[in-house]
Amino acid sequence: MLTIGAVCEAGKSRLNKTGSWRDYYPEITAKCTGCGICELFCPDSSITIIDKKCIINYDYCKGCGICANECPKTAILMKEERK
Amino acid sequence: MSRTAVMEGSFAVAEAVKACRPEVIAAYPISPQTHIIEELSKYVADNELSSKYVRADSEFSAASIVYGSSGTGARSYTASSSQGLLLMTEVLYAMAGTRLPVVLTGVNRTVSAPITIQPDHQDTMALRDTGVIQIYVENIQEAYATHIQAFKLAEDHDILLPVMVCMDGWILTHTFEPVKIEEQELVDKFLPPFVPKYRLDPKNPLTYGSYGDDEVPEFRYMMHFAMEKAKTKIQLIAEEYKEIFGDYFGGLTEAYKCEDAEIILVAMGSVIGTIKETIDQLRSEGKKVGVLKVRTYRPFPAEEIFEIVKNAKIVAVIDKSISVGQGGQLATDIKAALINKKTPPLVYSCIAGMGGREVNINTVKYIINKSENSLITNQVPDIDYIEIKRQYLE
Repeated sequence: MLTIGAVCEAGKSRLNKTGSWRDYYPEITAKCTGCGICELFCPDSSITIIDKKCIINYDYCKGCGICANECPKTAILMKEERK
Repeated sequence: MSRTAVMEGSFAVAEAVKACRPEVIAAYPISPQTHIIEELSKYVADNELSSKYVRADSEFSAASIVYGSSGTGARSYTASSSQGLLLMTEVLYAMAGTRLPVVLTGVNRTVSAPITIQPDHQDTMALRDTGVIQIYVENIQEAYATHIQAFKLAEDHDILLPVMVCMDGWILTHTFEPVKIEEQELVDKFLPPFVPKYRLDPKNPLTYGSYGDDEVPEFRYMMHFAMEKAKTKIQLIAEEYKEIFGDYFGGLTEAYKCEDAEIILVAMGSVIGTIKETIDQLRSEGKKVGVLKVRTYRPFPAEEIFEIVKNAKIVAVIDKSISVGQGGQLATDIKAALINKKTPPLVYSCIAGMGGREVNINTVKYIINKSENSLITNQVPDIDYIEIKRQYLE
């Protein structure tokens, strides 16, 4: 039974693992200082900085490359996804 | 006690909206809507109205703000005109789709280009398919009453759709008429506070308008079904308004001297007043003419219209707008309402009053005269551009 206005409980987008859409994936190299700029810029909230380390959640990263573009240390490389 | 004051149409609308106690008002000024929102912002500044008033940076923002506030369960209002309404279009679809009962005034003004601030129905006609209920009003008192009724209609749990009260710019917003302003206590009785079906709340987060993979036809069906239900609801609310306040302006339609009429004019908005005046004159000359006011354009009251016009010989429809490449929108809908009926009257489509060109008694008489001629020849032009100035075209 559909609810009017397509109203449903929040957080459903977690079920849709959009990482499968990716053609390129970001790879963090040793140059990373953990500054967190990529975390701020990631449009999919797929980057978290833990203990000055950049952790990417590949379940949701769509491979847009904004993190690599914004990284001041060019510490992120975009590599072709081989499926 | 109610009070009667000679008042500008915009201020009467502002009085009506104030009496409905909206919790959020967001707007961006555009002629001829400006006086409505100016007056409302003044009420808020003077502490006569405890609404959150947001002066938005565009109509898109204004619509988005009331979209959000309505989602939190706040009674919300906005108003616009012309390209301002068009800028709201995307949000209006979202509002209707997520079933949020915002009330807005569509102050009719034509759409650029060429740029002008003169009134016609081109702007609100462009929004007829959004899922927003549209009610066109004839005079200032009706505009007052319809705004109060609009909140009750929009917020009904069987309906839950935005409602747009369409009123001709300048002709209704900037003219003065005696207006009966109702007692606040009675308005409160008629219109209790908004009880939302769902409410955005950080403690109980919800998604509105969530992703629909296969369900889009069903959502559209539900909206259409709510519109169908609104046909009954609009009439019930108009009756209830009459019981409490004593005034009645019709529900979906208003038939004026149509019972035995051979020629029935059909139109919407302020032009109805002029047509009624003409009908009175021609009736005294023994002509069997009448006028049908379409108040509710969406939902479209096809059955009610057929019942009123079925015994007429010809129906002359005045459109103050045009679907370029097709013709008058109201005339098209009237034709659709009659097409599957046995022996329907002829339909004569007249385009008049675009860009604020005056539709006066002589214009109406011309249309009635041409209708009489059509009955003799049994031929109707597909579309007739009334008082088009040929000298501009040569």
